[in-house]
Amino acid sequence: MSLDLLTPEFLIERDRNRCIDCQVCVRQCANEAHSFDAEEEKVVSKDEKCVACQRCVVMCPTHALSIRRFPLEFRENALWTGRTIKDIYKQAATGGILSTGMGNDKPYPIYWDHMLLNASQVTNPSIDPLREPMELKTFIGRKPEKLEFKEGKLITKLPPRMELDVPILFSAMSFGSISLNAHKSLARASQQEGTFWNTGEGGLHKDLYQYGGNTIVQVASGRFGVDPEYLNAGAAIEIKIGQGAKPGIGGHLPGEKVNWEVSETRMIPEGTDAISPAPHHDIYSIEDLHQLIFSLKEATNYKKPVGVKIAAVHNVAAIASGIARAGADFITIDGFRGGTGSAPLRTRDSVGIPIELALAAVDTRLRDEGIRGLVSIISASSIRNSSDVVKAIALGADAVYIGTAALISLGCHMCQKCNTGKCNWGIATQDPNLTKRLNPEIGAERAANLIRAWKHEIKEMLGGMGINALESLRGNRLMLRGVWLSDRDLNILGIKAAGE
Amino acid sequence: MKRVYAKEEYCVGCRVCEVHCIVAHSDYKNDIVKAFKKQNPRPLPRILVEENRPISFALQCRHCEDAPCTKACITGAMQKDPETGVVTNEESRCVGCWTCILACPYGAISRNEQGKKVASKCDLCSDLGYTPACVKNCPNNALVFEER
Repeated sequence: MSLDLLTPEFLIERDRNRCIDCQVCVRQCANEAHSFDAEEEKVVSKDEKCVACQRCVVMCPTHALSIRRFPLEFRENALWTGRTIKDIYKQAATGGILSTGMGNDKPYPIYWDHMLLNASQVTNPSIDPLREPMELKTFIGRKPEKLEFKEGKLITKLPPRMELDVPILFSAMSFGSISLNAHKSLARASQQEGTFWNTGEGGLHKDLYQYGGNTIVQVASGRFGVDPEYLNAGAAIEIKIGQGAKPGIGGHLPGEKVNWEVSETRMIPEGTDAISPAPHHDIYSIEDLHQLIFSLKEATNYKKPVGVKIAAVHNVAAIASGIARAGADFITIDGFRGGTGSAPLRTRDSVGIPIELALAAVDTRLRDEGIRGLVSIISASSIRNSSDVVKAIALGADAVYIGTAALISLGCHMCQKCNTGKCNWGIATQDPNLTKRLNPEIGAERAANLIRAWKHEIKEMLGGMGINALESLRGNRLMLRGVWLSDRDLNILGIKAAGE
Repeated sequence: MKRVYAKEEYCVGCRVCEVHCIVAHSDYKNDIVKAFKKQNPRPLPRILVEENRPISFALQCRHCEDAPCTKACITGAMQKDPETGVVTNEESRCVGCWTCILACPYGAISRNEQGKKVASKCDLCSDLGYTPACVKNCPNNALVFEER
């Protein structure tokens, strides 16, 4: 097929009055969208190669570049959009499954934007966080049923927990899917801000064992990088059953990304595909999950909380109840808008349910069953800012994971090409030419700044509600009101409508 | 003395340092576009990115303690400032004999044959009186200006 039916997605606009032909753009584009025409002595661009990652736009010393959507008008209609038509061209050309990166970008309702927070007026005082202490301390793990004291001292033995200064953790992104410099950035930022990052299922690089106290080590279906040393290196263990972006399916890290460092960390031969099976082959029931949870607790001397991560799917509340009863110390629920380094497009865009509904359903179910104290709930996916965090906590989350937001803080521009391995920002790639673009000193500072900024904002919002400790907001759904929601939605979310 | 040091592991090979070096040594120190489009001949960059991908780093004059170029210079144009330690080439006295280039162990001096032949080298942006332009504009903090 010599004729490619695909047309460019983006248009590269170069202001010739500003371009100095310095070739910075040429050197920075891994997609080779820019090149230098030596005969004409000028830089030229190929629109069809551009993915709108905006690396060149940001790096251009004279701001001569801008990227626009390609102005071609498809003969589209409400059913057959330009994107739908293009997808068919792609599949007709390749016969393959469509693959993509980042989270679901379809215009499904975003429930965060349909919930509003309360504030104090007259009848109860609001609190100024700059003048008065404000407590965001969060513990993740099982809560004791009761506390016993003897002669004024606590004698109840507390279960193992994670202690967070702020209810925000960095979600699981494996070394392999993202670069070592990205891992270093998140690990350092976690240490700096008193929170945790998650290895994902790619093991823990030897240089990062020093951040073990702020690390959640993940055990997933491929068991990559898992050995007793790894399990004991982290502050907690997370068993990954599912991921919001691709519930029900496994993972596949192509061999070309498995360089010697990834190979050593994942404990697999260099250059081989790392395939995580869709299920854990030793887990076919809650009882099997119970065995794995306790195997891991046994392996770590019952010193670390062990959690289970699942994707938000139809029966999420019942599944979460089973997980709590299986002995997990925390449950991570990943909504259908959660990010990924690579997922089949149709799965990403059409499988799973919104985190807001899943979170409310799980919290309600566990409370109704009287087992909410057995587990902490970490809500993952589509947290864009601090008010989303506050809303998630009011809905019943103990803490939230941020993945996409964390990567954006490191420089990600959401081009959704993580799966290609050509990340121009040095994040979702193992190409040594590209990974060095992310300086972990800068990365750690930016990620830590984001956490700190959100911490200040959370305190402001709490203060406005007249609450001085995050614990008083947890599951406090009276602080939320719904707008533009059906009675059914409000009922599942367990919140009142605005005006009620 | 404070020198420019390269962190090879974070150099992305973009050569933005070279662009800003040219601007800093042009007549249009606050206008990149004019420095490139108006000034003719365009100044040479005094910092050069050495590359053997994926390795790259920006190299410029090391301002050696015992600078061989100053000893090699036949006219006394190449001088090391006894106070600041900065090695500069006084272009009016330079005759373009290239002896300094032969003597430099780092290959950090280049020929400028655009007009009168002169040796072109890093002056640590001495006349700007602040952090060298290459360090200030490195997008990935791969260049640092510090005492070691």
